[in-house]
Amino acid sequence: MKIIVCVKKVPDTESKIKIAADGKSIETGELKYIMNPYDEFSVEEALQLKEKQGGEVVVLCLGGDAEKEIRSALAMGADSAVYLEDPGYNGDNYATAKTLADYLKGQSFDLLLFGKVAVDDGAAAIGPMVAELLGLPSLSAVETLSYEAGKFVGHMGVEGGTNIVELPVPCVLTAEKGLNVPRYPSVMGIMKAKKKPLEKKPTKTALPKFTIVKLQSPPPRPPGKIVGKGVEAVPQLVDLLRNEAKVI
Amino acid sequence: MANVVVYVEQRLGKLRSVAYEAVSAGRRLADSLGGGQVVAVALGKDRLPELADLGAYGADKVVAGAHDLFAQYSAEAYALALGKVARAADAHYVLAPASAEGKDFIPRVAIKLDAGYMADVTAISVENGTVHITRPIYAGKAFNVMHSADTPQVATLRPKLFAAVKSREGAQAPIEDLGAIDAGGIKAVFKEFKMTGGGQLDVTEANIIVTGGRGLGKGENFSVLEPLAAVLKAAIGASRAAVDAGWIEHSHQVGQTGKVVTPSLYIACGISGAIQHLAGMSNSKVIVAINNNADAPIFQVADYGIVGDLFEVVPALTAELKKFMD
Repeated sequence: MKIIVCVKKVPDTESKIKIAADGKSIETGELKYIMNPYDEFSVEEALQLKEKQGGEVVVLCLGGDAEKEIRSALAMGADSAVYLEDPGYNGDNYATAKTLADYLKGQSFDLLLFGKVAVDDGAAAIGPMVAELLGLPSLSAVETLSYEAGKFVGHMGVEGGTNIVELPVPCVLTAEKGLNVPRYPSVMGIMKAKKKPLEKKPTKTALPKFTIVKLQSPPPRPPGKIVGKGVEAVPQLVDLLRNEAKVI
Repeated sequence: MANVVVYVEQRLGKLRSVAYEAVSAGRRLADSLGGGQVVAVALGKDRLPELADLGAYGADKVVAGAHDLFAQYSAEAYALALGKVARAADAHYVLAPASAEGKDFIPRVAIKLDAGYMADVTAISVENGTVHITRPIYAGKAFNVMHSADTPQVATLRPKLFAAVKSREGAQAPIEDLGAIDAGGIKAVFKEFKMTGGGQLDVTEANIIVTGGRGLGKGENFSVLEPLAAVLKAAIGASRAAVDAGWIEHSHQVGQTGKVVTPSLYIACGISGAIQHLAGMSNSKVIVAINNNADAPIFQVADYGIVGDLFEVVPALTAELKKFMD
């Protein structure tokens, strides 16, 4: 089975986000970067499928200065990587999907995996968009997955339950948290990762359809109050929720 | 002038509340651009009886795909249907809820229309005919205000943020049939919908959320929160610590690597207030924190706090609420 797993470099979720002086971007100087946490689930799933079915796992990444994040996927056990390197990567959904699809059109694979969502952008768009561009079926937010004889059966998390869908290969899936427990790279894995093939292809990401007018901070919250200590404070809290906040 | 096509989501034989929110948002958008047709699209096995009522919320007509092909969720079939209506209606904007299904198939619609796509939109504003679409980034630690000179534009709307308003009280929208779509290329096959959690309310749809964190101590102690959630008709949420400890499923997780929520009332019990958790809930209208550590960061963002033992405070709160709520 040939599996391509798409990974993204994102700022660590600990990061404090500050709007830059131009008002249209964030300050990046102090940011630490990691592979998108949801991509760990897709890399792990690919590795488990390879262990059961045989085959290869190829990591694909579009972005700039992302070699460390790609190597971390190789350290988990992926076989090789293709790095569409664009230092000016714009992060736009439409542009990203077009650029990835342009590369993937020339590739054959059984499964294309993405993390459900990137924690920086939060759109969860790329998997379905690439699938549409390639004419493939897709399923997002997969919590449980099985494979047999050329078909995947995925459980997609929806409000109040799961949609269980069968997809023939080749198909596109996006991984939800809980799909598996990602392995930590071993020391041996980290060493081997340095020698695994990482093909760099200089890439110019397609043009975005949307432009940023400005960035806004979340509206500030007025200061709150400690109503009191322990059970004695409960009647007053209920009174405030009913009569001051009027939420109950 | 702008035509807006709106997807109205249904589940288990009923339109979901996000359907009315989306139609209302579509009507407001069209009106602020000088008018235009708002066309709702409903897909399912049968025509739901409430479709004509969408007229009161501003739909000029409803296109109904009532067909076995749409009886169950299918990203490919739904995208084909919505793409067909958007082209026929000469849509400038296509709106849908940022629900789980919306986030799965609407991006495919954007590609079909060669349109820009904005996901999980929190505001749409129009100034001098220029449309600005606002959406959160970094789980709401900041917001992008975006603009595109191209149309059509496709957007999914965050649930509960766009008011469902009957701007045309009493109006009934005419309903027309979607007609045929070429389903030959559809490859994925829907097998079954499995209800989980006994039909518990999802955190993204709840008006009130009661959340438990590490302070609960163990998984069984979520039972302390259940009577409180029941009296408030609230959804149960969880911090990442509680989910990672295996105390509750990930579907309850609120935070940067879980769900972002916008309830009117958020009650955080035994939650310290890590930056990633705040990113998921700081857009709540009113936040209450119950924690026995007066220095917990959650108190910085809470409107009301009680410093105390949640195992005493939560039952007391439940009892106090029962006095007038039951």
